[in-house]
Amino acid sequence: MELTRRNAILMGAGAVLIAGVPLKVAAAAGADEIAAFTGGAEIGAGDIKLIAPEIAENGNTVPIEVSSDTAVEILVLALGNPTPPVATFKFGKLSASRAASTRIRLAGTQEVVAIAKLADGSFVQDTSTVKVTIGGCGG
Amino acid sequence: MISRRDFLQTSMAASALLGASGFGQWGRIAAQQTLTQDQLLQFETFGNVSLIHITDIHAQLKPIYFREPSINIGVGENKGAVPHLTGAEFRRKYGIEDGSYAHYALSAGDFEALAKGYGRVGGLDRVATVINQIRSERPDALLLDGGDTWHGSYTCYQTQGQDMVDVMNALKPDAMTFHWEFTLGSDRVNEIVERLPFAALGQNIFDAEWDEPAELFPPYQFFERGGVKVAVIGQAFPYMPIANPGWMFPEYAFGIRDENMQTMVDEVRSQGADLVVCLSHNGFDVDKKMAGIVTGIDVILSGHTHDALPEPVVIGDTVIVASGSNGKFVSRVDLDVRDGRMMGFRHKLIPILSDVITPDADVAAVIDTVRAPYEDTLAEVIGQTDSLLYRRGNFNGTWDDLICDALLSEREADIALSPGVRWGPSLLPGQDITREDIWNVTSMSYGAAYRTEMTGEFLHVVLEDVADNLFNPDPYYQQGGDMVRTGGLGYRIDISKPQGSRITDLVLLKTGEKIDPAKTYQVAGWASVNEGTEGPQIWDVVENHIRKQGTVSITSNNSVEVVGA
Repeated sequence: MELTRRNAILMGAGAVLIAGVPLKVAAAAGADEIAAFTGGAEIGAGDIKLIAPEIAENGNTVPIEVSSDTAVEILVLALGNPTPPVATFKFGKLSASRAASTRIRLAGTQEVVAIAKLADGSFVQDTSTVKVTIGGCGG
Repeated sequence: MISRRDFLQTSMAASALLGASGFGQWGRIAAQQTLTQDQLLQFETFGNVSLIHITDIHAQLKPIYFREPSINIGVGENKGAVPHLTGAEFRRKYGIEDGSYAHYALSAGDFEALAKGYGRVGGLDRVATVINQIRSERPDALLLDGGDTWHGSYTCYQTQGQDMVDVMNALKPDAMTFHWEFTLGSDRVNEIVERLPFAALGQNIFDAEWDEPAELFPPYQFFERGGVKVAVIGQAFPYMPIANPGWMFPEYAFGIRDENMQTMVDEVRSQGADLVVCLSHNGFDVDKKMAGIVTGIDVILSGHTHDALPEPVVIGDTVIVASGSNGKFVSRVDLDVRDGRMMGFRHKLIPILSDVITPDADVAAVIDTVRAPYEDTLAEVIGQTDSLLYRRGNFNGTWDDLICDALLSEREADIALSPGVRWGPSLLPGQDITREDIWNVTSMSYGAAYRTEMTGEFLHVVLEDVADNLFNPDPYYQQGGDMVRTGGLGYRIDISKPQGSRITDLVLLKTGEKIDPAKTYQVAGWASVNEGTEGPQIWDVVENHIRKQGTVSITSNNSVEVVGA
């Protein structure tokens, strides 16, 4: 839980070197897609907002929303899914608003990541942990 | 913005300990002769706006006993913070004298002796008297109901909430928000809400299909009070379809939606709100976190987690008031609002000591009317108890021990599971157990007592899942409620660990054997959120069990070992 995304990626790379294939999927989920999207550029924080529920009411259809004032492209990944890529939204110069909402399926409690490529070519991200639970008992 | 002086006034009001004659020496006479209604309600009217908050009544129309928890563990940033202080620690924090009425009303410890001295608490006819008194001092005081009102008793079940609607209408609330109400099913909720003579609020009640605000539940309502434009924003319980059966209200979605809350606060401010009040069913820790994220809320009236605090907690510029449950308390909050700003407040948590406060005759008559058709059934004595029966506490209560015993014997199971809800009054040793008492701790619209097979591994997953709902260090991932109660099963829990590794050492109590992940066990429980759950109703199971026992005695329960708190 204390690992930053960056550390996780570094660790993933280390694990591949040392332990080989089996750890690759678990430790570096989405790393390939992120690398392909950013071309290896540094990812900061800034003009990207991801709205997702803290606890999913139904893991099969979880409403999420991404928005940014200056994004040209937003990549959404569900890092705990067997196939992490969810969607890539592209916004043209004439886009009145740079926001999109959709519903995604989550295999279990996991981190959802939105990475935006901004008009100036830089990359920013926002993450949210969505819990998928079997249900409890309220007060 | 909130002066130190107002704080002092707040705590003085709360801890004005009138007349208790010293620890261990109270008696009925001492308690009652020295305590008067005027003293309980004494309040110097302040500022220009008054709020009256009542929440989580759980359909308790009549006076009851209600023991507060002795275990209520806080995690993360809330470790050791209110409302996670109990017993003597809580009393020291607020300067409450041992043996005082505030001790009895607000904290656990010496409950039986104090209950005999101070008597029952609650009763909506007494609540009416308190509301009338406040209205006599401030005629345009706002009465705000935090929800969990139309659930929790025999009559509420039989009338599908109509008894509570009739009695609450007599109290004339100005607005309300929701939680267990939805377990009446969306058709019934819609039917009641469409005819409700006050605002039914919830900025986080959405249409599930379109993920848009639900039309029937506006996010906020404006009120003009004392020359002040007051906006009340509703916040329903965020996790209804998860903690309760979502299939009963599939048209609705919830969630915390704090970004929408911010939008609503900004919207009402731009429309000229001088005072922004959030009527919340988030639970206390969630409200604390939300107050740190959303700016511009002056007062959060907090419900759901049933905490009763004699002083508000202040986060930034937001005052959070917690008003207990089961009709046991009413909070009065007087505010000085000038130039579009809250300049100060005075607060009092008023315990409804039902032997001290005179019932309001009109509301008492409404209560009698709604109960009349059921009085004989309610009053039937099923058995007696030798033990104090209570529910509140993170891990077990004697009521749940009794319910688990009933499930184990009546449903012939190895293991029993009982939901960790926080409603349900207490019974004193020596009291009769009536049918009404059993329903008060079991009544719900999904009470079927199931019997099913679970592997040891699945049992572990269930315990881990519920534990994380309670002990996740981030309040936004907590659903409120307490740990699922277990019968026939022991375990060790390390609060400080992450989900998946908190629960260890599961033991089947009847043999002393460790639970085998691969082995299958017979498990009985109730309150499943799954559609189509089959079994007899839990209140019948418990009634049959108590009838066979005659007099119930609960031995101390040491089956859960708690570490890391």
